[in-house]
Amino acid sequence: MSCIRSIVAVSFLASIGVSTAVTAQEMISDTTARKQPLTTWGVQFEEFEYRYSDDDEELGVWNADAFYGTDDFKVRLLTTGEYEIEEQAYETLENQLVGQIPISKFFDAKAGVRFDTPEGPDRTYAVLGVAGLAPQWFEIDANLYVSKDGDTSAELDAEYELLFTNYWILAATLDASVAFSEDEEIGVGKGLVSTETGLRLSYDLIDRAFSPYVGVVHERKYGDSADLAEADGGGTEDWFAVIGARIAF
Amino acid sequence: MKPRFLTGLLSLLMPAMVLAGEYDLTVDRVKIDTGDFVKEGIGYNGASPGPVMRFKEGENVRINVTNNLDEMTSIHWHGLILPFNQDGVPGISFPGIKPGETFTYEFPIQQAGTYWFHSHSGFQEPDGAYGAIVIEPEKREPFRYDREYVVQLTDKHPHSGDRIMRNLKMIPDYYNREQQTVGEFFSDASKNGLMNTIRDRMAWGDMRMMKADVEDLQGFTGLINGKGPEQNWTGLFEPGERIRLRFINSSAMTYFDIRITGLDMTVVQADGNNVQPVNVDEFRIGVAESYDVIVHPKDEQAYTIFAESMGRSGYARATLAPEEGMEAAVPQLRDPARLTMADMSGMPGMDHGNMAGMDHGDMDMNSSEGMSGMDHSNMEGMDHGSMAMGKGGQSDPFYAKGSGLVPTAANGGKFLSYADLKAQDPLYEDREPTREIELRLTGNMERYTWSINGVKYEDADPIRLKYGERVRFKFVNETMMTHPMHLHGMWSILDVGADQWNPIKHTVSVQPGTTVYMETEVDEPGQWAFHCHLSYHAAAGMFRKVIVEGGPESTQAKTDVIAKDGGEV
Repeated sequence: MSCIRSIVAVSFLASIGVSTAVTAQEMISDTTARKQPLTTWGVQFEEFEYRYSDDDEELGVWNADAFYGTDDFKVRLLTTGEYEIEEQAYETLENQLVGQIPISKFFDAKAGVRFDTPEGPDRTYAVLGVAGLAPQWFEIDANLYVSKDGDTSAELDAEYELLFTNYWILAATLDASVAFSEDEEIGVGKGLVSTETGLRLSYDLIDRAFSPYVGVVHERKYGDSADLAEADGGGTEDWFAVIGARIAF
Repeated sequence: MKPRFLTGLLSLLMPAMVLAGEYDLTVDRVKIDTGDFVKEGIGYNGASPGPVMRFKEGENVRINVTNNLDEMTSIHWHGLILPFNQDGVPGISFPGIKPGETFTYEFPIQQAGTYWFHSHSGFQEPDGAYGAIVIEPEKREPFRYDREYVVQLTDKHPHSGDRIMRNLKMIPDYYNREQQTVGEFFSDASKNGLMNTIRDRMAWGDMRMMKADVEDLQGFTGLINGKGPEQNWTGLFEPGERIRLRFINSSAMTYFDIRITGLDMTVVQADGNNVQPVNVDEFRIGVAESYDVIVHPKDEQAYTIFAESMGRSGYARATLAPEEGMEAAVPQLRDPARLTMADMSGMPGMDHGNMAGMDHGDMDMNSSEGMSGMDHSNMEGMDHGSMAMGKGGQSDPFYAKGSGLVPTAANGGKFLSYADLKAQDPLYEDREPTREIELRLTGNMERYTWSINGVKYEDADPIRLKYGERVRFKFVNETMMTHPMHLHGMWSILDVGADQWNPIKHTVSVQPGTTVYMETEVDEPGQWAFHCHLSYHAAAGMFRKVIVEGGPESTQAKTDVIAKDGGEV
């Protein structure tokens, strides 16, 4: 009962003539969840797929993120990997842990660390990025990376969804990475390093939680990075047929 | 002038002589079967919706609420005028009701009409914790009827409220299945020309706004009195009887357009208060509103009550019939609603560069400063969208001019507007407001954040009012969604331009791109909730606490007495 007090006191004060200056104390203060920042979480696999290349290469690939936090601050784990099924080895394996804050109506800034632990040499980078929704509905994720050895690179991911119907959706994606310095050990040359473009036709089978898709993906290396790949006996361009599912929970 | 004050006083002076009703409610986990799916939910006395609580004006009610859940609960008596500590909002009126405990609400009934009650804790209300209240008036009513039914609507979703909130935060269009498609692009292009259609899509894409943002939450089954369309709740009548239907919209998120094919409806009450009768063919009921209508079926036939959601993504259906089992045809849903640029007109800081891009078509954009101005009377010539859609002619002063949301009656007849609502018997004397408070309704669909004046509840200071003042609230809707604003504890006198005949309501819908005024006689001390009644907008921050400072000693005494009796949990 102690919480319901002060109005009597206030009206008494008001009656002795200090009314305008008086502000009533709150009778009970709201300590419910409603008064706290809303904390949410989510997990999304944009890609979770099997890839089969024009050179009979088989890959298991995922590109996912999980977040926890409020409107003002989120912690986000981004993970992406390409597992070569025949060689039982990770061609790429990247994990990023970033903090994310809103910087404009449609964009967030991110900062954190990225650990690459594929088959071969590992790398650790500091990450600075922006992610959000650009005009005309392009989902943008742009990041700047600085490795422990001072090598810098940048990556741009863009995605656009075309709705054939409200359930059949064609997603076009473009990932491009650029290096500002060479990191020969991991096959990265200065300049435009590589692009990955994809087209995936999905069907929302269970809400937006499970959406199987088929698609094609094209990967290409450029310039010095392409030379490094060739010197290593690898290819510079791949076409993949992909089958997989978009997952959100 | 205010009989209910006298009643209150009398009930204080002569407690022994006053009617007293004792009621029990239990809050339970229940199963909800919509006919489309079965889910776990929350209900009262073992069912969702809970019982119809029937009170009498002038009685003192004691309601014992037992919480059988394993979490906190509360009951808010929506639209009832009562001491603030009986209002049932955790953190504002009282701490809430703990698991296993019984809380006794006790308050005088100072009004009559149709209202409802629901939990104000978490998402228990969308999960099923709601019921109807019918209060019998002391005086004779200015209309007559032979029979009455509560017709309580909801939008039952297979997902729990918590999950819906999380999904909306993760993917704001998670539930929107009425988005524009490639097919719609081509059909628009053939109707309006390819370049006009491209320009239209580019203008919306530039704003990152969707014409289809009418209903956040789709995929629900509309229920009437707990029954899905297939289960077909049926109210029986004898031909020739006048039937009073007490429509209550207890949805979490959904506005419904209601019609009864073959019957005229006479609207006699809005939000529990008598209005001058209006004959309509159809009306839109906002979330948390109530409308009482009288129908007079003369034929020995069944009639379908059809409640189509505002965005046309779903519907509820029930039947009035002379005999159980009879039914009438169920209409098809109309085409999904599409917002127009007029609905965006409340948005400040809209880049004029974007708008210039739209100037090339055949529409007149000469009043581009109207874009940031809120006054919808200036919106002339902004109805590009509706022109492009080719369906002009409809207007309603409570919608932006050229809005894509302006309702039309399915039979081409009369659709109720707020402008038609006139008080039957004004509760308050008309007087000049003592001050104006502007509340901009703000949000960001892509982040699923909702706020007032750009500030979410978590960061907001309370709105402080002084007992005895008459405050004019100016709602400016800067979002593209409709918000049903609900002030607890005191009446909202909706400004429809009828001065002393302005209707009194508890929930006021504010359409996108419009400014709506309401006035409140600050006549109840204490602290009160004030929020958008869309469950997920309120939870995201479109919510305020209102503190009424001061108040007469007598009212104070009443409050304190009841506070002691009601006790803490």
